[in-house]
Amino acid sequence: MSGAETVITSPRDVAIERRGERQRRAYSRGRGPLIWMPPVIVFLILIGIWYLVALYYDKIQGLGFLVPYPHLVLKEFFNDQYFSPQLWQDLLNSTEVALTGLAFAIVIGVLWATLMSTAKWLERSLYPYAVILQCIPILALVPLIGILFGYEFPSRVIVTTMIALFPMVSNTLFGLLAADRSQRELFQLQGASKLTTLVKLQFPGAMPSIFLGLRNAAGLSVIGAIVGDQFFQRGNPGLGVLIQVTTSRANGAGTFAAIIIASLLGIVVFLLFGWIARLVVGKWYEF
Amino acid sequence: MTTTAPVKKPVAKASTGTLLDFKNVAMQFPNGTVALQGVDLTVNRGEFVTVVGPSGCGKSTLLRIASGLEKASEGTADVDTDRIGYVFQDATLLPWRNVQRNVELLAELHGETKASRAGKAKQAIDLVGLNGFETSLPKQLSGGMRMRTSLARSLTLEPELFLFDEPFGALDEITRERLNDELLKLFTEQQFAGLFITHSVSEAVYLSTKVVVMSGRPGRVVDTFDVPFPMPRDPDIRFTAEFAELVGEVSHALREGHH
Ligand SMILES: Nc1ncnc2c1ncn2[C@@H]1O[C@H](COP(=O)(O)OP(=O)(O)OP(=O)(O)O)[C@@H](O)[C@H]1O
Ligand SMILES: [Mg+2]
Repeated sequence: MSGAETVITSPRDVAIERRGERQRRAYSRGRGPLIWMPPVIVFLILIGIWYLVALYYDKIQGLGFLVPYPHLVLKEFFNDQYFSPQLWQDLLNSTEVALTGLAFAIVIGVLWATLMSTAKWLERSLYPYAVILQCIPILALVPLIGILFGYEFPSRVIVTTMIALFPMVSNTLFGLLAADRSQRELFQLQGASKLTTLVKLQFPGAMPSIFLGLRNAAGLSVIGAIVGDQFFQRGNPGLGVLIQVTTSRANGAGTFAAIIIASLLGIVVFLLFGWIARLVVGKWYEF
Repeated sequence: MTTTAPVKKPVAKASTGTLLDFKNVAMQFPNGTVALQGVDLTVNRGEFVTVVGPSGCGKSTLLRIASGLEKASEGTADVDTDRIGYVFQDATLLPWRNVQRNVELLAELHGETKASRAGKAKQAIDLVGLNGFETSLPKQLSGGMRMRTSLARSLTLEPELFLFDEPFGALDEITRERLNDELLKLFTEQQFAGLFITHSVSEAVYLSTKVVVMSGRPGRVVDTFDVPFPMPRDPDIRFTAEFAELVGEVSHALREGHH
């Protein structure tokens, strides 16, 4: 289980970017509420399909618990005396794992990339390991992580960090190296030190790229937290375990509720970091 | 505001003296490309020297050697000042910094205090006529204004030698002519010596006291023309017969040197 390097910018965004900022504005703001219509319509269609499938399982197969009706899932969020509090508690636990793992991924990723950016030989020596990390099946490492760090919170965080790390490393490195030649020479001509160039040129210039990596890493950290639960279930595990437990008890509505909450967590984290990115660099950079 | 006025140059500039002296300069890159060969070139105080030459003949390389970014592989390249301004082909502004902070950059890199930086920036921004745009970001500026910002940034160094690498090449004709006039004004007021690269022969003749024509690669100096027109230059000389004649001669030399 390892997250591929996700490129978030859609071809459509790229195309709009090329057509220039003004048209882009017209596209995203000028049409007003109409912009929300297409996804809402798709959402309604999906719910409709869900009802049809649920109807099929319920009436024809007689296995209603496998695919519960949407409204039953919705009820699960609020009604159940036992399940609902558990769901929110698990959401909290998973969020904690995701954010802790993400924090480590940010710190390690930025340091790693910064180190590589300082010299070509360091980049050549260290970059392959970032790629290798990306290729290791986490499942294969589970026994090792378990033996070394136990089956609780720390191991869940380690899995999360490993999954979220790569986009931080690669995007930060890309951003740091992207400063163009004449900008570097501008600094060089004033006798600026490597550190000064890093702090005043490379880092600020890398911020958009770092935030893009951060947004991807944030999404992956939620995946990491859920995956971590599957392997390391002691202590206070989160949504991953809840999904397993509800499945084994044939509580279809519970499973669906947990999956939806996990997905929403991923989306919220993704949007949150996109928002922070725009707050920090949106003034001079169009995402 | 008189108290915060930036310190003026402590030493009065001599009006003569050689600032840049290239003797038999050659440049061969590690990959074998010979960009320059046997180039002799001087820039004296009070001179504005323009270099024209076909694309790829080593004009940028010439400036890079003058600024110390590159080392000549042969010959001697003496530059008798460390106050060198360098204006790149693109404005090379930092997009996250506003005009004020971009103009302050060089002083900042030299570790100057905030007050000193701000004073220098204000003066330079005044000089290029960008008052009122201090808080604008580069992306909000036109190409001409970006170039002005770039000029202002170099002006904070109070350069004795100012190197320009086709700074106005990407601008439209009208903007370009206006910036030419302002550059000439700066040249007379600020008294730097200029070494200016351009593809435009008329720009070369209009701006400079001396036009140097280079051959195709490997670049050599094939001809040098003194421009006789007096220095606060009247924009209308561009339409005189003398001007047209000189432009013709330079263009001719350029074509000759090409093959
Ligand atoms: N670092 C380098 N290594 C190898 N070749 C180089 C290097 N820098 C420049 N050259 C080559 O040297 C020649 C001169 O380059 P230079 O940039 O000085 O030309 P130029 O006269 O400024 O051209 P243009 O008018 O297009 O700007 C070119 O053929 C270029 O490809
Ligand atoms: Mg060039």
